[in-house]
Amino acid sequence: MNQDFKNHINKSLNKNIRMDGRKKDEFRKITIETGVISTAEGSARVKCGETELIVGVKMGVGNPYPDIPEEGVLMTGAELYPLSNPEFEGGPPRERAIETARVIDRGIRESGTIDTKKLCIKAGEQVWMVFLDVAPVNMDGNLIDIGCLAAMAALKNAKFPEFKDGKPDYKKLSKKSLPISKVPIEVTVAKIGDNFLVDLTDDEEKFVDARLTVAILEDGNLCAMQKGGDSPLSEDDVFKMIDLAIKKSKELRKLL
Amino acid sequence: MGELLVKDKEVVVPGEIIAEGMDYLPSFGTYRKEQRIIANRLGLLSIDGKVIRTIPLAGRYVPRRNDMIIGRVIDILMSGWRININSAYSAVLMLQEATFKYIEKGANLSKFFSLDDWVVAKIIRVSSQNLVDLTMKGPGLRKLDGGRIITVNTYKVPRIIGKQGSMVSMIKEVTGCRITVGQNGFVWIQGEPEQELLAVRAIKKIGAEAHRNGLTDDIKKFLDKNKVKTKGEKQ
Repeated sequence: MNQDFKNHINKSLNKNIRMDGRKKDEFRKITIETGVISTAEGSARVKCGETELIVGVKMGVGNPYPDIPEEGVLMTGAELYPLSNPEFEGGPPRERAIETARVIDRGIRESGTIDTKKLCIKAGEQVWMVFLDVAPVNMDGNLIDIGCLAAMAALKNAKFPEFKDGKPDYKKLSKKSLPISKVPIEVTVAKIGDNFLVDLTDDEEKFVDARLTVAILEDGNLCAMQKGGDSPLSEDDVFKMIDLAIKKSKELRKLL
Repeated sequence: MGELLVKDKEVVVPGEIIAEGMDYLPSFGTYRKEQRIIANRLGLLSIDGKVIRTIPLAGRYVPRRNDMIIGRVIDILMSGWRININSAYSAVLMLQEATFKYIEKGANLSKFFSLDDWVVAKIIRVSSQNLVDLTMKGPGLRKLDGGRIITVNTYKVPRIIGKQGSMVSMIKEVTGCRITVGQNGFVWIQGEPEQELLAVRAIKKIGAEAHRNGLTDDIKKFLDKNKVKTKGEKQ
């Protein structure tokens, strides 16, 4: 990272002007479309500025884990395709893809959004398995927040396939939706110098000292967190970041 | 007598016959085959007197000798630096071309240019194997400190600079920013935050509307309309 360029950006941030002209706590314009993939049980395409990603929900029937025989399975995966950003490369998922998938998964899992007990078909034998796949089409920063938003839109959009003779029929979707009780919203707040920012672009993400992702529920409860970046955060920093995240989560929630 | 088959500023596709007869001369993006001039690139046709060329709509930068470019240091070599020049090929800045200063044997080269530094340099050589050599010796060639870099389509760079630099000096004058446009599509801008933003918007606008006539006037109007005063500046 180039320190001169970072100092320059910092000076501008102190005046509350970001590289693309936004304010520090301003999101880019977000649009959400659902049901964009006909072969998936649920899907959503979310655009946020130049960032665009598609999330698909696939539902299968499989064996439950032996330690939780009465519960269904939720699995989240993310793949950072080289077409979405020149810095992404093919091959097995790397740290960033794994982190993105896990943080989105954590927000959904720890909030208890999906009641996995309701995904049970026959205890110990057959349960519904929900696969959530995050695929960026164009990556211009803020993958986690947008990914979580798209994941929630896709989960809400999803319908179970018809279930007959112990097998799902993917050609017919039933009218039954997933058992969704809560909606977590993830907001990542980044610290550059002494400034706190949300919704970073790819260029800005290169200058981040530290970031904190917070998953927030409707009632303002926090259900998951993830800290990234090289610099440490003081207690005061963390509280300020959480406050900002809660404020922004209310705006994002209106979009769903 | 030669005959032109395509009008000026029309889109041509590779293989399209542009002119017949020996009266016209093929330039960039065209070639002569017997009596005909044929396009080998997709782009807008440009006829300047007898010279026919195509202006590509998009594409990566192709290094050429004597181009002034902006690059980023991506590696420090035994006796030089490897520089990303926004092209399919990276360039090498050799020690003897980097500075007028005396560099001792075994000196730490990152004292001069370290990783992720941006430099303004000139291409002195492009070999047949596309090995590119740079120099930092010359007027205006320097290391960039602070500011921001934006990327524009390398084929729109002539429009951004304008005739005798008219377009870029107009932006500099209105915004008070320091601007350096590299032939390779990297543009360096440094100024007050609001002004910098205006400069970026103007440059992006030029890139998007480069094919239009009377662009200079449009940009002048755009700049006047969106002018921001900076505190302490005499108006």
